[in-house]
Amino acid sequence: MSILVDQNTRLLVQGITGSQGRFHTEQMLAYGTKIVGGVTPGKGGQEVLGVPVFDTVREAVRATGANASIIYVPPRLAADSILEAIDAELPLVVCITEGIPVLDMARVKHDLAGSKTRLIGPNCPGLITPGACKVGILPGYIHRKGHVGVISRSGTLTYEAVHQLSRRGIGQSTALGIGGDPIRGTGFVDALRLFEEDEDTYAVVLIGEIGGSGEEAAADYIRAHMTKPVAAFISGQTAPQGKRMGHAGAIISGGKGTASGKIAALRAAGVEVADTPDRIGEALETAIRRAGIYERCLTCKPE
Amino acid sequence: MKIHEYQAKELLGAYGVPVPTGTVAETPEAAEAAARAYETCVVKAQIHSGGRGKAGGVKLAHSPAEAREIAAGLLGATLVTKQTGPAGKQVHKLLITEAVAVKKEYYLSITGDSERAGLVIVASAAGGTEIEETAKTHPEQIVQVPVSVLMGFRRYEGLETAHRIGIPAALEQDFIRLLADMTRLYLEKDCSLVEINPLVETEDGRLLALDAKVNFDDNALLRHPELAALRDIAEEDPKEYRASQYDLNYISLDGNIGCLVNGAGLAMATMDIIQKFGGQPANFLDVGGSATAEKVTAAFEILLSDPNVKAILVNIFGGIMKCDIIAEGIVAAAAKTGITVPLVVRLEGTNVDRGREILRQSGLNIIPAADMADGARKAVEGARGGAAQ
Repeated sequence: MSILVDQNTRLLVQGITGSQGRFHTEQMLAYGTKIVGGVTPGKGGQEVLGVPVFDTVREAVRATGANASIIYVPPRLAADSILEAIDAELPLVVCITEGIPVLDMARVKHDLAGSKTRLIGPNCPGLITPGACKVGILPGYIHRKGHVGVISRSGTLTYEAVHQLSRRGIGQSTALGIGGDPIRGTGFVDALRLFEEDEDTYAVVLIGEIGGSGEEAAADYIRAHMTKPVAAFISGQTAPQGKRMGHAGAIISGGKGTASGKIAALRAAGVEVADTPDRIGEALETAIRRAGIYERCLTCKPE
Repeated sequence: MKIHEYQAKELLGAYGVPVPTGTVAETPEAAEAAARAYETCVVKAQIHSGGRGKAGGVKLAHSPAEAREIAAGLLGATLVTKQTGPAGKQVHKLLITEAVAVKKEYYLSITGDSERAGLVIVASAAGGTEIEETAKTHPEQIVQVPVSVLMGFRRYEGLETAHRIGIPAALEQDFIRLLADMTRLYLEKDCSLVEINPLVETEDGRLLALDAKVNFDDNALLRHPELAALRDIAEEDPKEYRASQYDLNYISLDGNIGCLVNGAGLAMATMDIIQKFGGQPANFLDVGGSATAEKVTAAFEILLSDPNVKAILVNIFGGIMKCDIIAEGIVAAAAKTGITVPLVVRLEGTNVDRGREILRQSGLNIIPAADMADGARKAVEGARGGAAQ
């Protein structure tokens, strides 16, 4: 069907009374996402856009039966919000917030281990299952229902990839932004495993960038476990060493995390890698034609 | 955020790490006065860069008069190191510090370990040299010991490190205390790097942090207001500093095509595709997800303040950000800044038709692009002075 979110997702919005929280609540409601509650300490009892607001996540879960939350809380308080959601045992927590201190995320990561929660992000655009549920800030209208999974470290590059797929008539099962920070919840390998196990996903697009070693780990996983075709693009091929390119995770240091190393690892694992960002759709099409599943992936009208 | 060596040593000293005595001087006279405290002293240029010694920024003075002479030569001079790039960095401050009789040099640092979501102690008996070079040629000489952010530093981690890099038994306890102090500084001040290179064993049997570097996590600066005073704006690229005032993510590069993009991944990809078409980006610029007309105008002004810029490429994929808002920002910025170089605009996403209409009706000489590749090709042609239409 899809991964992580669908029509059964019952969403809480942490930070619903802030300007970002309120705006995106409106956008998600318009897309058809079932938002059952919001959380802002001290504002329990109010309503935002017809959604009841609670003081704590635990109260909200008890009252609404929520099974996921999305966090639009300022960076200094965001780690605390994630911990609160983990303690309330929410199965899925998506953190949009950019700029969380690294040591805060390091501590959160230890609390996540062994918990019942899967975290997406932080510093990510969230995820969308076209036609069913949007949990995040992605522009809904570019997505089409279909069978290609999209995983990306970058927000707008996710849109770019999805747009190229939709224009070719290739719809998506779920598109997922894992975020641009060095310490994050769900990584490439977790996301690939979910798509590999999802019956309705036939192929995957992976958008990586310089820095870290997530793409190399993804290449190892693909070689050993993926039966579905994968296409990829790595951003930052021409970025100079030692400069942090916006994302806290996007930095080449000590010769590690280069685009060329990642591209070589992915190609060696049989991944179709696009040379330039305008060829992501083309690369996926090449991969699914080679696998003989091109027709099965055509789910909408090409534009 | 980076700080100077003298500031790093003050911080380390405050946390109990043994550091040499020293005084900061901004004039040759002050350098001479500071040097009177020593028989021989070291005059060290204070710039935000490693490799200062090799660039001639660290010199031994045998008398106050010699210190004054060295200071006069260094102050105002531009040092080009491996890390500064060809433009180099101008010296505004010097550290006058005691000359130490060194018996042995070690490397010691603590940094983040995102794979394990913790910290890692990096140590080596091959100190004083460039650690990245040692890591390449003699990886076995680099010792890594993970430290938990939850538990903090443990004594046995210090002892293990000491044994592995060959700290003499008589100095083991001092070394463990020093590592504990470094870790405390790292965790309490939200650092991203605490480095002592070299950590020296002196002829008279002490451990001393002869040079130090401390970097902080920019995301955590808000909760450490006391660190704001350590920022030295003179060390930053003026365009990057200006961009930071508008919450724009800007990095200066060497090319001639100015880039204005929303999103870091797309901004890097835009740099990549420009080079694919034979051009060179003048910058990385991510205007973020909530760019207002004011921010877009500031971004244009920063791009145009770079005399190398011969063309501008705007690449926007509007998600929540609407294309008509961006288009209005471009028109306002163009009117205010009077852009004379070719301006190529690729707009896609929410309200794209309205955005393109606004640009068309503006009467501005804007070169529209159908997609990323088209935009990059036209920008490269524009920068070469070719007919880009």
